[in-house]
Amino acid sequence: MGLSVRELERQQKIRNFSIVAHIDHGKSTLADRILEHTGALSEREMTEQVLDTMDLERERGITIKLQAVCLQYKARDGKTYTLNLIDTPGHVDFSYEVSRSLAACEGAILVIDAAQGLEAQTLANVYLALEHDLELIPVINKIDLPNADTNRVKRELETVLGLDGEEAILASAKTGEGIEEILEALVRRLPPPRGNPASPPRALIFDSHYDPYRGVVAYVRVVEGTLRPGMSIKMMAGGGTFELAEVGIFRPDPSPVAELSVGEVGFVIAGVKNVKDCRVGDTITDADNPAAEPLPGYQQITPMVYCGLFPVDSNDYQALREALERLRLNDAALVYEPDNSAALGFGFRCGFLGLLHMEIVQERLEREYLLELITTAPSVKYQITDTTGKIKYVDNPVDFPPQQEIATLAEPFVRATIIAPSTYVGPVMELCQDNRGEFRNMEYADENRVVLTYDLPLSEIIYDFFDLLKSRTRGYASLDYEYLGYREANLVKLDILINGELVDALSSISHRDQAYYRGRELVDKLRGLIPRQMFDIPIQAAVDNRPIARETVRALKKDVLQKCYGGDVTRKRKLLERQKEGKKRMKQVGSVEVPQEAFMAVLKIK
Amino acid sequence: MKKIGLYIHVPFCVRKCYYCDFVSFPHHGDKVRAYLAGLERELELYHHLLTTVKISTIYLGGGTPSCLSPAELAVLFALLDRHIKREHCLEMTMECNPGTISRAKLQAMKAVGVNRVSLGVQALQDEHLARLGRTHKLAEVYQSYEMIRRAGFKNVNIDLMFALPYQTLKEWETTLTGIMDLEPEHISLYNLVFEKGTQFYHWQRDKRLPPIDEELDLAMYQLALDLLPLAGYRQYEISSFAPRGLECRHNLTYWYNEPYLGLGPGAHSSSGKVRWANAGSLEEYLAALQGGRKPVVEREELSVELQRAETIILGLRLKEGLGRQSFRERFQGDICSIYAKSMAKLQGQGLLKVTPRRVSLTAKGLLFANQVFLEFLPG
Repeated sequence: MGLSVRELERQQKIRNFSIVAHIDHGKSTLADRILEHTGALSEREMTEQVLDTMDLERERGITIKLQAVCLQYKARDGKTYTLNLIDTPGHVDFSYEVSRSLAACEGAILVIDAAQGLEAQTLANVYLALEHDLELIPVINKIDLPNADTNRVKRELETVLGLDGEEAILASAKTGEGIEEILEALVRRLPPPRGNPASPPRALIFDSHYDPYRGVVAYVRVVEGTLRPGMSIKMMAGGGTFELAEVGIFRPDPSPVAELSVGEVGFVIAGVKNVKDCRVGDTITDADNPAAEPLPGYQQITPMVYCGLFPVDSNDYQALREALERLRLNDAALVYEPDNSAALGFGFRCGFLGLLHMEIVQERLEREYLLELITTAPSVKYQITDTTGKIKYVDNPVDFPPQQEIATLAEPFVRATIIAPSTYVGPVMELCQDNRGEFRNMEYADENRVVLTYDLPLSEIIYDFFDLLKSRTRGYASLDYEYLGYREANLVKLDILINGELVDALSSISHRDQAYYRGRELVDKLRGLIPRQMFDIPIQAAVDNRPIARETVRALKKDVLQKCYGGDVTRKRKLLERQKEGKKRMKQVGSVEVPQEAFMAVLKIK
Repeated sequence: MKKIGLYIHVPFCVRKCYYCDFVSFPHHGDKVRAYLAGLERELELYHHLLTTVKISTIYLGGGTPSCLSPAELAVLFALLDRHIKREHCLEMTMECNPGTISRAKLQAMKAVGVNRVSLGVQALQDEHLARLGRTHKLAEVYQSYEMIRRAGFKNVNIDLMFALPYQTLKEWETTLTGIMDLEPEHISLYNLVFEKGTQFYHWQRDKRLPPIDEELDLAMYQLALDLLPLAGYRQYEISSFAPRGLECRHNLTYWYNEPYLGLGPGAHSSSGKVRWANAGSLEEYLAALQGGRKPVVEREELSVELQRAETIILGLRLKEGLGRQSFRERFQGDICSIYAKSMAKLQGQGLLKVTPRRVSLTAKGLLFANQVFLEFLPG
């Protein structure tokens, strides 16, 4: 079946693009300018940075959930083009989502801060974009800054990325300079979408969110064919079949349309009850006329970081379960299962994409659901081969088998790219070595900046690596990493015993060479946190049941209100009540009362 | 007729000691006059109550009641004469500080019926007295004590403090034995506490005073527990020591959780079911009375759970502990069944002793009394 001329013309005037940038390089502000310039929003309607809708995103200045907007732009050639801007999250935790968003585009605007230059995320984004054969439009942003150095950035583009520096557009999202040029470049330099509107449909889900009234809203890019309400659709990886209720586009408010055809970006509502059934990366097709092959690149998302979440007040267990259920409706990457700790009672073992994802979930639970939580130390998933050759994966130190049953242990490694001013190369290399990093490569981005590549255990990165990196380079270094796979390592389980009792919630996995130091630090910290009680409390760190460090919380000598006269009984009682309140918030470990802060201490030890 | 204890707060001192957080103001003639006028109004407002109960003990506390001039004391005592029936009163105590008494004052005290004197000695070293901000010296301790005895007072208490900054165990021993040599009828001991709002609190926070050495604090308390019984002073309450029969009856009212009425600024009262307290500021206290109102600023009705808890907490302060029978009569239930779990835990920890008739703290429980008390608080 041949294509109608009108259909061809429609497709020719679509441009699908993303904006990628290192954090703080001005991506959101640039997106706002583009929206403004194309009239998608009047200036008055604009609150600051429209695309980031979650409160947390605004506070942290990062994009967590993706959005897509459909814009109309009348170009200098006199024709009106449809520009679909697909936003991407700006954090390494969400690199799979970024890759799916990029897969929905033909090109990307690469934003680089004119004063900061290339950063680690810039590189990571460029590599991702090139993997998807995207046309890149480099934009040097913030040229209005007094310390802008556009020539340096152009040189970096050429030496590090092999892009033509002269093709970069100079812009300032703040003043609006260069915005028109960017829009023109999108029209001229990006190819229109290919694909046959008459083929069986294939639409890529690049994001989804749960709406309490309408069920799951899936964000899609139609790659082939056409989606119309009334069709029976099928998730090619997930397997579910649903009745397509509505399709629409974002202008930027959601607006229903009659159909979504090749090259178009919009949303799909089909009465799906849970985002799990509508996974990012899956392909939607016509259940009655299915495509032969799904679109490439679908992956089951697997958590990288795990931790235990326990309510401070054990009565909040049910509330925590309900809160997690609700968060999961909207977050397919969040996994959890009931957990039971001898020290902390009932809670959940949760898996996250990364540390930021973990922090966001914790913060939402505490802020939106008003839960008080104790978090155990974050852990990665270890691969354990036992002496019989059986392999299993363990993310909770509590589940570690005894050392003698372990033949080999392996842990996930990542390849980290760090860009830092060359004056800080020493401290950065030292930091990587300290964290068991294996040096891979070093090259100069320009005369002043270095790109370092290291292979690092993920477990080291999830502690305070990023904070240390920032502090050792005065904030000038940037970091990005990609997952490599498992590598064998000499690891041990570090246990903590309080008054002779093993406290499961304080166990952690450590490299054998670091266990002694960590044990000492932890024991010392706990000594300061556990209040004195009526007896001496020994605190020990142990590896393979052998103690490696010990401190003692000395017994309280007496605890009595001596002065009690004048009949002021109320005041004495209030003092006692306060003391009791403090005790109630502690967790009972054997006969010892342990305050919450003690469980947090393990998070801060390196 | 109901029996009550009567407490009258006299909120004046020569000067406030650095560790003190009681309601007290520097002695000033006009203020004392205003206070005495206010007290009279307060006595009038409680006229009905005061004439329908038996007043079994009276306690004039402070402050330093003895720092009032003979003329001011005469007014105070005239008020007592006019408003308070004393035919059932077995014990009338007045707090005095060394250096603030005279023969004339002591005679007036005798005449109004004071039969027990509580002398605030605190320490027997001039260095410590000065550091505490006391206004007297060691020599005045002996002079005053002598004067009190010569005036014919047969029941004298001496207040002492320990765990003072820079105080050695040896000095504390000297203080204890020195006081024992004086043979007062009653000795009270308090360890120094850096109470919020006091000079000492600020100085300690600013590191101008050393923190309390807990080992030494304990050793000093232990020394007193060892030494005092040798001279016949039986510990009958956490801080109180006396030969049998010479216990402070007024304070026993508190420990038995029986009713008492407190008059004067900052004074506390209890009916057993309700506790209330007067305004601590002299202005507020006087303003209320001038308006014909009782100067009560805090009032708390106690739930049965709280009444029970307070009865236990106060009763356990006594060495003999709490009588199970009287507890049953008061609360219609046995303490051992109401608090079965807590009691078992405390017994297991060696803090509590339970006999068929009484519940009391063990020697260890005495040192960790707060840990015991917590178990009985509701919630």
